[in-house]
Amino acid sequence: MAWDRNQMAARAARELKDGFYVNLGIGIPTLVAGNIPQGMDVTLQSENGILGLGPYPTEQEIDADLINAGKETITEIAGSSYFSSADSFAMIRGGHIDLSVLGAMEVAENGDIANWMVPGKMVKGMGGAMDLVAGVRRIVVLMEHTSKDGTSKFRKKCTLPLTGANVVDMVITDLAVFARDGRKGPFKLLEVAPGVTAEQVKAATEAHYV
Amino acid sequence: MAQKLHDDAASALKGLLFDGMTIAAGGFGLCGIPETLILAIRDSGVKNLTVISNNAGVDDWGLGLLLRTRQIKKMISSYVGENKEFERQFLAKELELEFNPQGTLAERLRAGGAGIAGFYTRTGVGTVVAEGKDAKVFGGETYILETGLVADLSIVKAWKGDKYGNLLFRKTARNFNPMVATCSRNTVAEVEELVPSIDANIVHTPSIYVRRMIVAKSNEKRIEKRITRKEA
Repeated sequence: MAWDRNQMAARAARELKDGFYVNLGIGIPTLVAGNIPQGMDVTLQSENGILGLGPYPTEQEIDADLINAGKETITEIAGSSYFSSADSFAMIRGGHIDLSVLGAMEVAENGDIANWMVPGKMVKGMGGAMDLVAGVRRIVVLMEHTSKDGTSKFRKKCTLPLTGANVVDMVITDLAVFARDGRKGPFKLLEVAPGVTAEQVKAATEAHYV
Repeated sequence: MAQKLHDDAASALKGLLFDGMTIAAGGFGLCGIPETLILAIRDSGVKNLTVISNNAGVDDWGLGLLLRTRQIKKMISSYVGENKEFERQFLAKELELEFNPQGTLAERLRAGGAGIAGFYTRTGVGTVVAEGKDAKVFGGETYILETGLVADLSIVKAWKGDKYGNLLFRKTARNFNPMVATCSRNTVAEVEELVPSIDANIVHTPSIYVRRMIVAKSNEKRIEKRITRKEA
């Protein structure tokens, strides 16, 4: 049984530590917010300019001036602060954010990541993704292990335009967890999902790992 | 005292618009966008615009209105995924596009407004963003050179403003507005509320950056993704 999206997010949440400031990307990574362990003090940042993201608002709490980087309505909490986009990216690029969980289309065995563009299709833009991978101390990628046609998304080399080169520390898929220290050397297979064998992971993965 | 406050957007923009100009606009998505001034720029008919803005609005609101009327020649943005007319014009090669990483865009505007010609950043190293740009190694890490951005006109949306031109923004509607306010000598601000004074301790944008201002006529504040939770 492979992990489902929420189980993948729960696995990513185990990388959080008390006192961390964290930025969560759009898509599966947003599910990490609901999996932060009770009692753990984790502050979420959204790059449009808020530190201390609360839950989605109730119908009564909706405020058009209060959105996250995915342009979803959100709420503030005790200790929240607002700031300009320049200040927000100073936090990101200045190395003040401890960890970011991002989605990806491809990750390469050397830590390259591609998650912003498919040539020939519509180009939406990179938004803050390139800043996050360049500036945040630890980058955890959450993605399906293979694309719909079965192609491995954890590859020898990225085929899509890069978001960043050698920036990924951990890859969590529906099948397995890979990580490496100090962005050096090969990724190691840390865990497999319940009921999934190391051989199955190997067969589904193009990237070299140990 | 210089009279910064104008009766309406057309009067505030008078003499500041010309074909082929560069306009920087505040806002993130549809949050904190200068709705009133965008409508007035549309109505002015000024064209061949280069517009610097993180996003390009949606098909029928925000900067999407100026795309629809074909007044924009080029966008400098970080993310334009919410706009089908943009996609159509871009794929038909009717529209030029320069993508910037969001933090690079914010810092380019800040730098331009602060008289800083360029800065080195790690963002974009090893990607298409770095192509053709100077690269330098600092402390063993590679950085690329990005340049400051200035505009002929800046348009911003604020929550409160006083007659001096001091501005206060609200929540995440602040976003790009403070930097955009600085990156031009001609900044026009629209405020939701004109107030007698703003506590000097909490002014976000000091009056020097605001040349003209109006009380906003349009405060629709459309929401792109209305997500709610059940009452706890």
